[in-house]
Amino acid sequence: MSGPGEEAYADSALRPYVITKGRSRPTRNTISIETLLVAISPPRALPVSATREERALVRMCERLLSVVEAAAHLELPVSLVKVLASDLVDSGHLAARSGVPQAAVPDPQLLQEVLDGLRRLR
Amino acid sequence: MVSVGSADRYLPDTVQQAVKILVVGAFGVGKTTLVGSVSEIEPLRTEEVMTQASIGVDDLAGMSTKTTTTVAMDFGRITLNSRLVLYLFGTPGQRRFWDLWEGLAEGALGVLVIVDTRRLEDSFDVVEQLELRGLPFAVAVNQFPDSEWYGADELRGALDLLPATPVVVCDAREHASSVDALISLVEYVSASSLRTPETTS
Repeated sequence: MSGPGEEAYADSALRPYVITKGRSRPTRNTISIETLLVAISPPRALPVSATREERALVRMCERLLSVVEAAAHLELPVSLVKVLASDLVDSGHLAARSGVPQAAVPDPQLLQEVLDGLRRLR
Repeated sequence: MVSVGSADRYLPDTVQQAVKILVVGAFGVGKTTLVGSVSEIEPLRTEEVMTQASIGVDDLAGMSTKTTTTVAMDFGRITLNSRLVLYLFGTPGQRRFWDLWEGLAEGALGVLVIVDTRRLEDSFDVVEQLELRGLPFAVAVNQFPDSEWYGADELRGALDLLPATPVVVCDAREHASSVDALISLVEYVSASSLRTPETTS
């Protein structure tokens, strides 16, 4: 019923955190794994110091995509991509849509929209 | 499921908002199957890094001892309308992954717990944790071909669920059946949010 290697986990080397200069948390708390990202258009040139991963993320987000999808396609840990995305939003290279909602309880109108969408799928 | 090339991996530019639901369950219970049967994209896999304080290690010099564990997560996507997209995250239910929920559950609409009646005891801890953490959840019983059939009430009793918690029997391989399980969860969350509009501030 499940894919091979489901829930495989391993203690990993910390190399990805070299890319984020040791940070494990993004600068802004509005970036979640489902936050939608898109490159600012027209594209702004990245600084010469930009890492390969930052360049790849901006390229990946040439059109609208979530943080977690970008991470999966780039084969990078999603926590790392959150940090990079946050930096790139700060520097004006990426735009973020739909961050973490502020309310503890979801808006009834939003829930209705979800229900309508799911019922159409049936 | 159609295979998605790089050309159509993207969302329509009109999408403004993303919501998420966690699909939690023990190993082999059918989380990935359910995500796959409703997702519009081939389910993707990503890794989340979890940092935990090591258990049983004394904090001698005021330096916290932490271990870093990488957890694989499968997820899928449903574009609900031109402005709204839903992500589904298959998340392991075992005790050692509970810290992972904290971050994932932030902003989630709710949690769908997948249960296998042949190993009901695997789900006791998960259900208890969700209740403790106050996360809204529904239970979807994945009906395996070789498992005995139980009624929803019987399972509710066996899992000691609160009366309002929805229990649905589903076949995670079936699109419509899996969508129904998600609908039950969102209906429940929706009804609870209307009943208690301002419980926490």
